[in-house]
Amino acid sequence: MSTSLTEETQVTESAVSTRLSSLDTLESEAIHIIREVVAEFEKPALLFSGGKDSVVMLHLATKAFWPGKVPFPVLHVDTGHNFPEVIDFRDRTVERLGLKLVVGSVQEFIDRGELAERADGTRNPLQTVPLLDAIQQNKFDAVFGGGRRDEDKARAKERILSLRDEFGQWDPRNQRPELWNLYNGRHTVGQHVRAFPISNWTELDIWRYIERENIELPGLYYAHEREVFARDGMWRAVGEVSQPLPHEEVIIKTVRYRTVGDMSCTGAVESDAYTVSDVVVEVAASTLTERGATRADDRISEAAMEDRKKDGYF
Amino acid sequence: MSTDTLTSELETALPTTLFRFATAGSVDDGKSTLVGRLLHDSKAILADQLDAVARTSADRGFGGDKGGIDLALLTDGLRAEREQGITIDVAYRYFATDRRSFILADCPGHVQYTKNTVTGASTADAVVVLIDARKGVLEQTRRHLSVLQLLRVAHVIVAVNKIDLVDFSESVFREIEADVQQVGRELGLGSDGISDLLVIPVSALDGDNVVERSERTPWYSGPALLEVLETLPAADELESHLESFRFPVQLVIRPQGALAPDAVAAGLDVEAYRDYRAYAGQITEGSVKVGDQVSVLTPGQDPRTTTVVGIDFAGSSLEEASAPQSVAIRLAEEFDVARGDTIAAAGTVREASADLYASLCWLSPKPLREGQKMLVKHGTRTVQALVRNVNGKLDLATFKLEQASTLELNDIGHAQLRLAAALPLENYLHHRRTGAFLVIDPLDGNTLAAGLVKDHPGDHEDERYSI
Repeated sequence: MSTSLTEETQVTESAVSTRLSSLDTLESEAIHIIREVVAEFEKPALLFSGGKDSVVMLHLATKAFWPGKVPFPVLHVDTGHNFPEVIDFRDRTVERLGLKLVVGSVQEFIDRGELAERADGTRNPLQTVPLLDAIQQNKFDAVFGGGRRDEDKARAKERILSLRDEFGQWDPRNQRPELWNLYNGRHTVGQHVRAFPISNWTELDIWRYIERENIELPGLYYAHEREVFARDGMWRAVGEVSQPLPHEEVIIKTVRYRTVGDMSCTGAVESDAYTVSDVVVEVAASTLTERGATRADDRISEAAMEDRKKDGYF
Repeated sequence: MSTDTLTSELETALPTTLFRFATAGSVDDGKSTLVGRLLHDSKAILADQLDAVARTSADRGFGGDKGGIDLALLTDGLRAEREQGITIDVAYRYFATDRRSFILADCPGHVQYTKNTVTGASTADAVVVLIDARKGVLEQTRRHLSVLQLLRVAHVIVAVNKIDLVDFSESVFREIEADVQQVGRELGLGSDGISDLLVIPVSALDGDNVVERSERTPWYSGPALLEVLETLPAADELESHLESFRFPVQLVIRPQGALAPDAVAAGLDVEAYRDYRAYAGQITEGSVKVGDQVSVLTPGQDPRTTTVVGIDFAGSSLEEASAPQSVAIRLAEEFDVARGDTIAAAGTVREASADLYASLCWLSPKPLREGQKMLVKHGTRTVQALVRNVNGKLDLATFKLEQASTLELNDIGHAQLRLAAALPLENYLHHRRTGAFLVIDPLDGNTLAAGLVKDHPGDHEDERYSI
């Protein structure tokens, strides 16, 4: 079937109907990776913030081990600036699945003087130290994350199993080649591995999957009325840790969150997407990336994510 | 906003399928630009990403007075890459059309970074190799094509780029096309019934024949690159006719008392699942039905044959499943089955062997030496291995095997290994998953090589395929 594309060449029509859908293929790949990590590591844990990607990760884990329990604890790095409804959702989820929850607290590190509050009030970059501390204290040798390669240019270069050194650092120039579906998780004492089973999913895949699987999310992912003020070109919620400056006018808007992180740096978008199907339509038509639209910390520089990751961030 | 109409449109559309492809090229042949063009023209680039790239392009004076956007900036993600203007590591990008979702592995072209091409190609349904129309087929092109032949990539697409810089000349294109086909013939690429080889004239910078067919190449009547990527059959479609079911066991699901509380709350019959036992894994090839006869292959034991009594997936019982589904399989007999075993269609796997003959793509600066001890990861099992012989390495200029007793970074060679346990090894030529393995350094755990199982020298082997 040697062909050069000349006049007589016909490109074969593929039998689409007989193949798995892209969502089923991504789901199978993620479950394969989750099972590999559980089989090959002594003590894995799953990063769980109550955000949509970590909720999807946990859902995949329940499917991977059905009818057994998810065989690892979940780890949350609490910035102390979380949305209360997300913390409530986190606790209900953990109880429903009978999981152990480990919390690393940014506030405790600040109180002990081991971390300093930043001038801009953003606590996202402060999560790295408590994260690494929790990994070390609990001797986790593999940590599942919900990172996706479509989120950011530095993430696009991350392996599915990503080796971290004794200091939790990522060395992007010295990554192991990842071949076929054979994952090499070997590491030495002190090193650990970050595992990203949904690396190949896009934001739209996540939402289509949430819709298909009927997965519950914290309510702030859907349109609701909220007191907000404009800052850095996005809508910030009025809350204990995000107060408007005198010149910033507070108004009530119908908004939703595309990402759920630290209240001090996560913005809302105007939206009338009240249901998961509305959100799928909205995301499919969006002209901004989720981080560009809603994360102040990623606007600091083109390499903001890369710099945080090198230091051991998620 | 009339979301109802939009929703129903999304729902009535056929579900899209996944297609994985990689790009490979030499330095400065415009690969990043081509990738940027595909993403841009298929509307996968969102406004804030484009703004950032436009700002950086302007800061650097891209395009001189004409201005414009340096599409290469869309893919170079690391600080060092932007500073040095080169691509260091494989970047994965995502875009979708109405028919397919694409995963693109963008592989750097530096000669010292061949490991990235091997990485990208190992999972790819297709690979796009770039050639600069002004330079034609280079040694690097030959190296890429030989790697793709070795890895059995189903579709190799050669994009002859910068066709605008040779004034859209048909004769330049035809000459390069003939050279490519000649190299393909020497390699067996595109003439072996397994792979195909397509050649397309493109201008990544202007978009000719990338997403839309170009009017500036009237002598070319074939499809544009994206049309090809949308319609080529994916590797698992091509392999779906194979009746060789293969299932490396990842782990045993045996909850005993520890049933999932959410499943119990949803009404799971606790008594019925008390003794539940299933083997979890991903089907690497073929398909399986309830009632099928299968062999359980355990290293060091004779194959044991039994019947599939159940295929479970997260609470659903399936009648049938096929690659690449992740499922849990229940068997009629209570065998001692563990991680590292393989379940396969009965009687289709040859005897396990501790003697491994293989092609190795050496990906590490640490060279391979005879007598060295290593680890081999095959399927879900990792075993110790001893390097018996290095049987030569490939000369890329002639595609002939030359004498060598060591393999160095980027070498592709033949070696014979002795394994600490017999494994159900299969020829990579016919089994892309169960014929592949990793070579791992026991000291630091790094991946040293991509391994491809060959037949034993005594067995019949078609020499055409024996790079």
